[in-house]
Amino acid sequence: MNMKEIVKRLAKYIAPYKGYVALSLISAVLSVAATLAAPVCIGNAIDYIVGPGNVAFDTVAVFMMIIGGTIAVGGIFQWTLSLATNKLAFLAVNEMRKQLFAHIDRLPLSYIDSHAHGDLITRMASDIEQISNGILQGFSQLLTGIFTIAGTLGIMLAIQWQVALVVIVITPLSLFVATFVAKHSNAMFRKQSDAQGKLGGYSEEMLEGGRIVAAFGYEEEAQKTFEEIDSVLYKYGVKSQFYSSLTNPCTRFVNNIVYAAVGIVGAVIAIVYGSMSPGTLSTFLIYANQYTKPFNEITGVITELQTAIACARRVFAVMDEPEESSDAYLPEIGECLGTVEFDDVCFGYSPDKPLLQHINVNAQNGKKIAIVGPTGCGKTTMINLLMRFYDVDSGEIRVSGAPVKSVKRSSLRGQFGMVLQDTWLFEGTVRENISYGRRDATDDEIIAAAKAAHAHGFISKLADGYDTVIAESGGNLSQGQRQLLCIARIMLTRPPMLILDEATSNIDTRTEMRIQKAFAEIMKGRTSFIIAHRLSTIRDADLILVMKDGNIIEQGKHEELLQKGGFYKELYESQFKRSAF
Amino acid sequence: MRKLVKYLKNYKLNLTLGPLAKLTEAIFELIVPLVMSDIIDNGIDGDGGLEYVLSRGAIMVALGVMGLACALTCQYLAAKCSQGFGTELRNDLFRHINTLSFKELDKFGTPSIVNRLSSDVNQLQYMVAMLIRLVIRAPFLVIGAAVMAMTINLKLSLIFIAATPLIAVVLYFIMSRSIPRYKVVQQKLDKISQVTRENLSGVRVVRAFSEQEYEKERFDKSADELTRGAIVVGRISALLNPATFVIINAAIIAILWFGGKLVNTGEMTQGEVFAFVNYMTQISLALVVVAQLVVTITKAIASGARVVELLDATASVTDDGNTEIDTSVDAPAVKFDHVSFGYNEGKYTLTDLDLTVPRGASVGVIGGTGSGKSTLVNLLARFYDASEGSVSLFGADVRKYPLKQLRRTVAYVPQNTMLFSGTIRSNLLMGDKNADDETLWKCLETAQAASFVREKKNGLDSKVVQGGKNFSGGQRQRLAVARALVANAKILVLDDSSSALDFATDLAMRTAINATRGDTTLFIVSQRATSLKDCDAIVVLDGGVVAGVGKHDDLLKTCDVYREIYLSQTDGGARQ
Repeated sequence: MNMKEIVKRLAKYIAPYKGYVALSLISAVLSVAATLAAPVCIGNAIDYIVGPGNVAFDTVAVFMMIIGGTIAVGGIFQWTLSLATNKLAFLAVNEMRKQLFAHIDRLPLSYIDSHAHGDLITRMASDIEQISNGILQGFSQLLTGIFTIAGTLGIMLAIQWQVALVVIVITPLSLFVATFVAKHSNAMFRKQSDAQGKLGGYSEEMLEGGRIVAAFGYEEEAQKTFEEIDSVLYKYGVKSQFYSSLTNPCTRFVNNIVYAAVGIVGAVIAIVYGSMSPGTLSTFLIYANQYTKPFNEITGVITELQTAIACARRVFAVMDEPEESSDAYLPEIGECLGTVEFDDVCFGYSPDKPLLQHINVNAQNGKKIAIVGPTGCGKTTMINLLMRFYDVDSGEIRVSGAPVKSVKRSSLRGQFGMVLQDTWLFEGTVRENISYGRRDATDDEIIAAAKAAHAHGFISKLADGYDTVIAESGGNLSQGQRQLLCIARIMLTRPPMLILDEATSNIDTRTEMRIQKAFAEIMKGRTSFIIAHRLSTIRDADLILVMKDGNIIEQGKHEELLQKGGFYKELYESQFKRSAF
Repeated sequence: MRKLVKYLKNYKLNLTLGPLAKLTEAIFELIVPLVMSDIIDNGIDGDGGLEYVLSRGAIMVALGVMGLACALTCQYLAAKCSQGFGTELRNDLFRHINTLSFKELDKFGTPSIVNRLSSDVNQLQYMVAMLIRLVIRAPFLVIGAAVMAMTINLKLSLIFIAATPLIAVVLYFIMSRSIPRYKVVQQKLDKISQVTRENLSGVRVVRAFSEQEYEKERFDKSADELTRGAIVVGRISALLNPATFVIINAAIIAILWFGGKLVNTGEMTQGEVFAFVNYMTQISLALVVVAQLVVTITKAIASGARVVELLDATASVTDDGNTEIDTSVDAPAVKFDHVSFGYNEGKYTLTDLDLTVPRGASVGVIGGTGSGKSTLVNLLARFYDASEGSVSLFGADVRKYPLKQLRRTVAYVPQNTMLFSGTIRSNLLMGDKNADDETLWKCLETAQAASFVREKKNGLDSKVVQGGKNFSGGQRQRLAVARALVANAKILVLDDSSSALDFATDLAMRTAINATRGDTTLFIVSQRATSLKDCDAIVVLDGGVVAGVGKHDDLLKTCDVYREIYLSQTDGGARQ
C-alpha cells in the first residue's frame, strides 16, 4: 500500500461527512480571513488617532464597527471549525473501528492464534486514535496554518511590498528553526521512550518475580541494573526535554527578529519615502508577531499526519486479511444424531509441518470418547477441526451425518458445549457470565446450573453474590473458580454434545470428582469428547483414542488397552510410580 | 510533599538561576514594544530621523539575542534539574520498593507500582521543568504587561484590569470542565481495548456459542460511547479559542475608543495606544500559559501524593539489629508453633499450625485449592510474617535472622516459575554468584534440565527473554528448580513446581533431588498425592487447618481428607 492508496481509503471514511468537510473548509477560510483582517482595521484605526485635537472619532467609530464585525465572524467560524473537524474526525474513525471489529470477528482462527493480541488491540485503540488525531489536526491546524501564512504574506505584499520582502527573506529562518527543533526532539523522544519502556519493563519483571528477587537476595544487583537503565533514561530525558523546549524561545527569537526588521525597515521607509503611516507599520508589526507561529504548528501537524498514515497502514493491513469463507448460503445442520466421524483427516497448522495424519474416528451416539497422549500430539487440534475453528487439509469430518463444510458454522457449533483449560470470562457480573450462551435464562435456571457446577457455594460467598462484577483479568477469582463458572455456562445451555478439553485441570481432585458426576448426569445419552491429563478421570470412557505425534496409535476401552501393554499402559503407570525416597 | 522536595536540594543553582534567566528574557520582551513605540513617536512622528530608528532597531535585535541566550540557559538548567530530580527519585523509589515485603507489594499491585514509578514520576518531572520555565515568567508577563500599561496610562489600564480576570475565568471554566471529561474519554478508550482483548482471548468461546452478533453490538455500543464522549469534549474545548479571541479584540476596541479620546485631549500619544494594543495581545498569550501551568500543577500534586504514598509504605518484615545466627546447633530444622496467618485482617488462611520437622527430613504438603499450602511455605523465608505464633528454623525464630542469612538458608521454587531476562547462566547464578560451571551442570542434571540445555546451541549462555517465555512451562519449572539447587541451601522448598512436568520426568527429578540433597530439609507442595507418597511426613491441609500429619500409609487409614484426595486421583476414584 503506498501513501496515495492509504489516503484514498481514508477519504472513503470521510466521504459520508461531506457537509462537515465543507463546513470546516469554509470556516477555516473565514476565520483566518477575520483574524487577519482585524490587525489591518486596528492599524487603520490607529492612523486616525494622531495627536491632541487630531482624532477622527467618526472614522475610528466606523473602524471599530468593522473590527466588531470581524471579531464576530472570526469568533463564530473559529468555533464552527472546531466543531466540524471534531465531528468529522470522530465519526469517521468510529465507522473504521466498527468495521475493524466486525472484520476481526470474521477472521479465521488461524490468524488470531498466530498474531499477538496486544498488537491487534493497539491497532484498534491507539492507532485509530492517532488517525482521528491526524484528521482533526489536518483539517483544523494544517488548513488554518497554510491559509494564515498565505494570507499574511498576501496582505503584507498588498500593503507595502518592500517590507513584505523583508519578511519573506526571513521566512527560511523560521522553517529552519522549526524543522531543526522537530527533527532533534523527535529523535530524542524516541530514544527516551525506548529507555522509558525498558525501565518500565524491568521494574515490572522485578516486581513480578519479587519472591525470587527476595529469595535469592538479588536486590542489590537489581538496583544496579535499574540505575544503569535509569541513567540512560536521564541522558535522553535531558536531551529530549531540552530540544523540545527550544520551540518557544526560538519562535520568540525569530519573531523578535522579524519584528525588529519590520520595525526598522518600515520606519526607514516612512521617514525616507513617507509612504508608510504609523498605523500601517503597527499593522505590519502585529502580523510580524503572528507570522512564525503557523510554521511551528505546521511542522507539528506534518509529524502527526505521518504518524496517522503509518497507523492507517497498520489498520488497513488487518482489514485486508481474508475472512473466513462465507457460509450464508449453507443450510443449518439437521437434527442432532449424536454421531461424529473423522474420515482420513490430515491437517497441519503450517503446510510444511503436517500434524494430524490420516485420522479415522467413528463416534456413536451417546458415547464418551476420550483423547489422551503427550503434550503436542494433536489432541486439541482434533477439537479445533471438529468445531471448524480450522479446516482440514484433506479428508472429511461429518457431524450427525453432515460434512461440517456443508452446513452453517453457527449451527454446527451450536451442537457442542465446550469447556477449555484456558477459562474465558468477560468483564460483567457472575450472572451475565454464566448466562452467556443463553441470555434469556431465568435466575432459577442460572442458580441451578451453578449448583450443578459446584459453583453456587463460592458465588454465594462473594460480596454481591451473582451480581459480583468479575474484573477483566478475573483477578478476584481463582483459576479453579473461573473454571467452575465456565462449566456452569455449559450446565445452563445443555447442548446435545459435549467437549471437555482439560476442563477440570485447575480444580482440586475432590471437587473434580463431584463435577464429573454432574457432567455424567447431564451427558446421559449424549456424545462427549474428553481430553484429560489425569487418566483416572477417563477410565470409564467408551472409547479411548491414544495419540502420539499426530497419529492415533491405539484405541479401545481402558481394560483392553491396559492388557495390550502398549503406550497407554506406559502412560497410565507412570502416574502411580513411587519415587525412590 | 516535603519528602519530594529533598530531591531538589542538589539543584539550588538551577532552581534560582533558571527562573532568573527567564525573568530577564521576559523583561526584555516587555521592553520591546516600548522601543517600538519610541520609534513611532520619535523616529517617524518626531524628528529623531533615520539614525534614531537604526539605533533603536539595533537595541531591539540585541534584546532579542540576549533574550534567546537567557531562555536557552533556562531551558537547559530546567532539563538538567527536572530529569535529575526524576532519576534520583526513581532510583530511591526502586530501592524502597525492594525493602518492602509482600504484604505491602500485594496491597499496591504491580501495575500500580510501575505506574507510580513511570508516569507519576514523569508528571512530577514535568512540573519541576514547568515551574522553572514558567512559574516566574508567565505571571510576570501578565502582571508586567498590566503594570506597564498602568505606567503609560492609569485610566486606560482599567480595560486591562477588567479583561484579564475575564479571560482567566473563561480559561478556567473551559479547562476545568474539559479535563475531567478527557479522563472519561480515556476510560472509554480502555473499554474498547478491553472488549477487543476479550474477543481475541475468548474467540473460541464466542464462536462456539455463535455470539459474534452480540459481541459486535457490545463493541459498537462502546465505540459509540467513545465517539459521543470525544465529541462532547471537543464541543467544550472548541469554545476556548473563539472566546479568548472575542474578549481580547473587544478589549482592543475599547482601547482604541477610549485611547482615542485620551490622545485627543493630549493625555496619550499615538505610539502609546499602539503599545497598549501590543500588551493586550501579550497578556492573552501569557494567560493561556498560566492556565496550562495550573493544570500541570494540579495533575502533579495528585501524582506526588501517589508517589509519597509508596515512599511512606514501611516494610512489615524487617531485620533491624539482627545478627548472624548459628544454624549448626542441634535443633529441629523447622518448627511451627501455633502459627496463624491471614493476608487480610480477621480472615485466616492458615489457623493454629503446629509442626516440627527434623533436620534432613522431607515434608509433603497437600490439600485442595485455597487450603493454605503455599501460605505455609511462604512463612519459612519470611515472605510474610505469621499473624500469631512463631516460625523457627534451627532453633531460632525467623524474625531473629538477618533477612540475607534467612534467605540463604531457604531456597525456594515458586508456584509461578519466574525466570528473568538474561541467559540460562545468569538465572542460575542468582542462586550463588560464585558457582562454577561444573556445579551448574550438576544442578541442571538433578533438575532434569541438562538434556534440553545441552541441546541449545549456546548451552548455558542461551538467551532467556522476560518471564522465560521462550521456554515451555515444563522447561521453566526445571530451570527454576536448578536455580534453587545452585543455592545449596539448608532448606529447599518446591511449591507445586512440577505441575507442568509429565509424571515420568517429575518422578525422575524427585528421585535425583533425593539422592543428592544430603541433609537438606525438603518441603514439597503438590496437588498430586503420588508425588508425596514417600515423604517422611505429609501435612494434609483443609481450609487452612491441619487435617492430618503422618506417613502415607497411616494417613490413608486415619485421615478422611487424605484418603479422599488420594482415591480421587487413583483407580479407586473411578470406582466410586
